[in-house]
Amino acid sequence: MSVISPEAKTTPNPRVITTEPRFTDKVFRRIVTSGGLFSLVLLGLIGFFLVFNGFTAIREAGLAFLTGFDWVDAIPEEGQPASYGIGAMLYGTLVTGILAMIMGVPVAVGTALFLSYYAPEWIKKPMVVVVDVMAAIPSIVFGLWGYYVLMPHAEYWARLIHKYLGFIPIFDMPAPVFTRSPFIAGIVLAIMIIPIITAVSREVFAQTPLERIQAAYALGATKWAMIKAVVFPYGRGGVIGGAMLGLGRALGETVAVYTVLNLVYDIRIEVLLSAGGSVASMIVNKFGEANQVELQALMAAGFVLFLVTLAVNFLANFIINKTARE
Amino acid sequence: MSQSTLLVKPEYPWKLTPKDLLTDLLGVLFTVISSLAIVAITPLKGKLGFALVLILMSLVTSMTISGLKKDRKAAVNASTTVLVYIAASFVIIALASVLFEIVRLGASQLSPSAMFTQDMSLTASEAPLNEGGLLHAIIGTAYIVTFATVFSTPIGILTALYIVEVKGRFAGLVRFFVQAMSGVPSIVAGLFIFAVWMIQLGNAYSGIAGAFALTILMIPTVARTSEEVLKLIPSDLREAGLALGATQWRTVANVVIPAAKSGLITAVILGIARVIGETAPLLLTIGGADAINLNPTEGNMSAFPFYVWKNLLIGSENAVSRAWQGVFVLMIIVFILFTLARYFGAAKGSRRK
Repeated sequence: MSVISPEAKTTPNPRVITTEPRFTDKVFRRIVTSGGLFSLVLLGLIGFFLVFNGFTAIREAGLAFLTGFDWVDAIPEEGQPASYGIGAMLYGTLVTGILAMIMGVPVAVGTALFLSYYAPEWIKKPMVVVVDVMAAIPSIVFGLWGYYVLMPHAEYWARLIHKYLGFIPIFDMPAPVFTRSPFIAGIVLAIMIIPIITAVSREVFAQTPLERIQAAYALGATKWAMIKAVVFPYGRGGVIGGAMLGLGRALGETVAVYTVLNLVYDIRIEVLLSAGGSVASMIVNKFGEANQVELQALMAAGFVLFLVTLAVNFLANFIINKTARE
Repeated sequence: MSQSTLLVKPEYPWKLTPKDLLTDLLGVLFTVISSLAIVAITPLKGKLGFALVLILMSLVTSMTISGLKKDRKAAVNASTTVLVYIAASFVIIALASVLFEIVRLGASQLSPSAMFTQDMSLTASEAPLNEGGLLHAIIGTAYIVTFATVFSTPIGILTALYIVEVKGRFAGLVRFFVQAMSGVPSIVAGLFIFAVWMIQLGNAYSGIAGAFALTILMIPTVARTSEEVLKLIPSDLREAGLALGATQWRTVANVVIPAAKSGLITAVILGIARVIGETAPLLLTIGGADAINLNPTEGNMSAFPFYVWKNLLIGSENAVSRAWQGVFVLMIIVFILFTLARYFGAAKGSRRK
């Protein structure tokens, strides 16, 4: 018994309490952090490689790449240099995007109002599913439907619009070809962006403070007066942000637009004419038989599209997040 | 007895009286009949004419009835109500048309015996529809989507864990960028993979390249849905785990993830549904093929959207029928995924109760 040393009788050292994470936690956090930062890196890489591959095209054309109307390959025998510009396509993308917004936003906001304030309970649930299903339909389906089902009808509508509103320059018609016009592409895009605008608007409308709604009703407001005085001021940012998210989708849509739009390298103001542009569709259109130099120009076009949609999305999410936080 | 005299008969002033119901019903009847009459008398003809007149007449009738019964404000309210209902019916009509045409044109001349057992290597698109099928597209899509799921699920869930659990320094930034990433056009994802995988690394078209492109599109969906799910897990659970002396890793792996399991499965299924119909990135990455290719890392591959696209571009009668059939099968798969996602989502909700 005498072997017990004097030290053993003293109290044991106090346990060290520390906020330092254990080794496993350090590893865990390292892994999760690298996974989380992957998306950031990926976005950076997308931008970098598109610029890297399209750099020559941008450098040679300069600003004319954004403003030029031509997309011609070099023909060495005739001494014709290559000239690539996406001005007409950018303009066309903007036109179809705006048309889609004009047609889609009122319907989407109306649907969101319907779901939030008008729909009876029994129709609300199936209607929410309807909007969700619409969001899940792939764009190739809209392309097929747009070409074979919508186009014959839309062509007739376009003829009517031209007949009765033809005096307005944008509805004018130099040549009577009404198929595959920006107007029809706009309708298809409108249907495609309605679900996202509806979803975002509905989310914001749902956050409207109940006491303000009840206060409006208590003051004798009709449903519309309540919406105008309470819901719209409160949810304006969300609706605008949702519409911009929709615009971002519309600008980047490829396959559906390709099938219902005739790509023409020209800026036309007439939206019913079978001539329009779309950067995304142009990339698919030219990709198949592109030569080395043209491929670089396509990469540059993709980079421009990437930047534009990213900017629109940034702004949209910024507005939505700000509205949601308030 | 004396007490019963105190009982007041409950009143429901907000409920419609029979008189209100009658005027409403008469209004609807008047709208329909007058629209029919206008279409019959005036040069406006056809379904479009009827629809336009019906919209106008329903606006006018509802405004007049409310205006006469109450005041101008009531009339404005009535007209906006009609407009909101019209907006909602537009959406229903559009979706109904899309689904109806898919079933009508896709399910006609369906020949399952050939569709699911043959590829197109020995058949021209113009051939009768009982020859050739989309087996090669089914196999291609299965490969590509499986690989995309394998790549994107860990990254998506790790991203969500980083935002919700680790709450690192860049959590806000990552969240914002993932949101923006979900808006990246699919064609850009295809171009990026082409630039890296084909141009820089010198590979040929293959199924795996398509899977890479779809991964980029799938990550944001998985990450954002997982994030929502993880946020719903009560922090009591986490605190209980940590209070028992578990490390954060143990808490997440043994408490948070099991609690969120069905929600995370929903996130992955929604991600698959998002990318299974993507066409544009595949046009630039997989090359397309008419024969079955069982090697995802080598050789051209086909996929559902590619099959539809190819037949759509060929444009002959039988080719277009094939395209519709492909879309029909594709939509059935999307619906199955969608139902699964709702099923798992519902399971999560009931457990929390």
